[in-house]
Amino acid sequence: MKSLLALIVLAALAWTVSSAQAAGPSAPLDAVTIDVNNEASLQRGAQLFVNYCMGCHSAQFMRYNRVGRDLGLAENQVIQNMIFTTDEDGELVSTGSLMTNAMTRAYGAEAFGKAPPDLTLVARVRGTDWLYTFLRSFYLDESRPLGVNNVVFENVGMPHPLWELQGWQEKRKDADGSVHLEMVQAGKMSGPEYDRAIRDLVTFLSYLAEPIQTDRQRIGIMVMLFLLVFLVLAYLLKKEYWKDVH
Amino acid sequence: MAGNSADKFQGGLLGWVDARFPLSQLWNDHLARYYTPRNFNFWYYFGSLALLVLVLQIVTGIFLTMFYKPDAALAFASVEYIMRDVEWGWLIRYMHSTGASFFFIVVYLHMFRALLYGSYKKPRELIWIFGVLIYIVLMAEAFMGYLLPWGQMSYWGAQVIVNLFATIPYIGPDLVTWIRGDFLISDATLNRFFALHVIALPLVLLLLVVAHIIALHEVGSNNPDGVEIKKNKDANGVPLDGIPFHPYYTVKDLVGVGVFFIAFFAVVFFAPEMGGYFLEHANFEPADSLATPEHIAPVWYFTSFYTILRAVPDPFIGVMAMGAAVVILFFVPWLDRNPVKSVRYRSMAHRINLIVFAITFIVLGYLGVQPVSALYGELGLRLSTMYFLFFWLLWFHSRERSVIFSLLSFVVIVGLYSFYDTLRIGSTDPALVMTLWLLPTLYLLVTMVVPALIQDLRRDRPVPERVTA
Repeated sequence: MKSLLALIVLAALAWTVSSAQAAGPSAPLDAVTIDVNNEASLQRGAQLFVNYCMGCHSAQFMRYNRVGRDLGLAENQVIQNMIFTTDEDGELVSTGSLMTNAMTRAYGAEAFGKAPPDLTLVARVRGTDWLYTFLRSFYLDESRPLGVNNVVFENVGMPHPLWELQGWQEKRKDADGSVHLEMVQAGKMSGPEYDRAIRDLVTFLSYLAEPIQTDRQRIGIMVMLFLLVFLVLAYLLKKEYWKDVH
Repeated sequence: MAGNSADKFQGGLLGWVDARFPLSQLWNDHLARYYTPRNFNFWYYFGSLALLVLVLQIVTGIFLTMFYKPDAALAFASVEYIMRDVEWGWLIRYMHSTGASFFFIVVYLHMFRALLYGSYKKPRELIWIFGVLIYIVLMAEAFMGYLLPWGQMSYWGAQVIVNLFATIPYIGPDLVTWIRGDFLISDATLNRFFALHVIALPLVLLLLVVAHIIALHEVGSNNPDGVEIKKNKDANGVPLDGIPFHPYYTVKDLVGVGVFFIAFFAVVFFAPEMGGYFLEHANFEPADSLATPEHIAPVWYFTSFYTILRAVPDPFIGVMAMGAAVVILFFVPWLDRNPVKSVRYRSMAHRINLIVFAITFIVLGYLGVQPVSALYGELGLRLSTMYFLFFWLLWFHSRERSVIFSLLSFVVIVGLYSFYDTLRIGSTDPALVMTLWLLPTLYLLVTMVVPALIQDLRRDRPVPERVTA
């Protein structure tokens, strides 16, 4: 039993290690709570992703029909709402295709200074808090080529793709030297509405980075229950065999 | 007694096989009549668990090679293909990546067991040496494997580690080009690392494990009391304190397997990234030779040695220090000449030495994943010193030392690093240097000077004739 305790302590120790997120944030990040089991949130996020992100960014390791299957969308819903890319013959690509787009790396680099990165795994690279804060931190900055800058990602090459929804912000310096963003032109959404939309989008990005995550946790609970039964049986077997050892 | 059952099979299929291949004999020699001390404790699970992880790594590795592409243009995408499109591929991949970390957890605990109970001492020196070789090959295996996903950290981690060889005078730069097969980490490097990872090193690893076990079964297992059970045998030549490995320890190890699997699969299913320590965040970005990540840190199991490397200002001496930190392990059987094996009967001074060493190793590991700062750099240097002082103290406590020798050693060692401190005091914060100077000095005070003055702290205790319950 001592061994059991020791291993549990060991596992607990390992669990408490703090996150080693590599990217050092230049600004404090807002925490976001997401639920990758929330199908409606995922669907809204997917909608934002294909409408606002995929024009420039690909998700080249993911397939449309996998998203459809996991998010509870029928095949025709996927075709009508998610696929905008065509093949050489001008036909919509099949639902089994990878989620790429028409923008070449060379064109992307020419247009934005740096080719827009693939976003399949961005949630695992940056973390959801970073994405949530980044997408809400664009502000007007005349010194930038596209007139937009970002508090979280200084001098980012990307314009504000969601400006219609959020509106425009400007950077203000407070008396104590800290920085805050102030809305100067309202968008289609109110502040809380926009925050919710971004939370949906980040939820989808988290799913996109690891589509198996909800399944693996569900399977994991079964595996744990099985192993606990196995452990009890193994312990009883050991006790039986060791009865004659003194 | 189990094992006698084998005698019954004289004819039949087993008899036919036994006449041609020593199957029953092997079974008896290594399991049914391999007599093992009956007093194994918690620390004795990790040998069989290391074997279990080895098998897991080989089996999951075979399935991964069926889908993985060792090609700089395809490698990253093929891993994501395994994670998304291959049925259960994500499970196989997470088991393999988690298995790598658990291999080291298990091996570190297994090695610490040997330190606790003096399992490296006569007649088990070769078991220890094979073990250290296994550890070194395992580090090479893990390092080569880490390049294969071809993420940013794979690429830049390999870049940093391979470049360590460039610090060797004269041949360094050419040697590095020869290792990489190119002027930078590239497709050629990936291909050869793949070959070494999936066939060359696993073969060596398996051979060494076989040698490790053959050597163990030749001399017999040590135990928490450090008593040789072969010295007390009954009329049939069976050790009085021995029980057959099978079935007693096979069923006991099964309990260990259960606990281990719960911890292992808890990580696989609920935290495969382990907060960025088992799978680093930057490694989800494809390798890019033009963009260096902000903070390059090796995976956690190398970080203790990485801190020793960073603690030394001169790169070549740093590499030598890091190498020495591993190589010194080979000499442990001859450094510690104390006839008492188990920590149970060793002096308090030796116990403190072991505990401080374990803490030192863990903190060195923590420092290795952190960015360099003045405090952490200084702490790294002091703890690196303490890492090596452990081995000195291992030798020092081989027998009871005189008060004069103890005090003289203390003065000389403290004098040596204090002299080094006076050379660098101008370039660093003096308050920091002097505060952390206390660390190794207190360590030596508690393990050498105080025991020299108080006999109870330095004296070993009598070892019993037979193992205790």
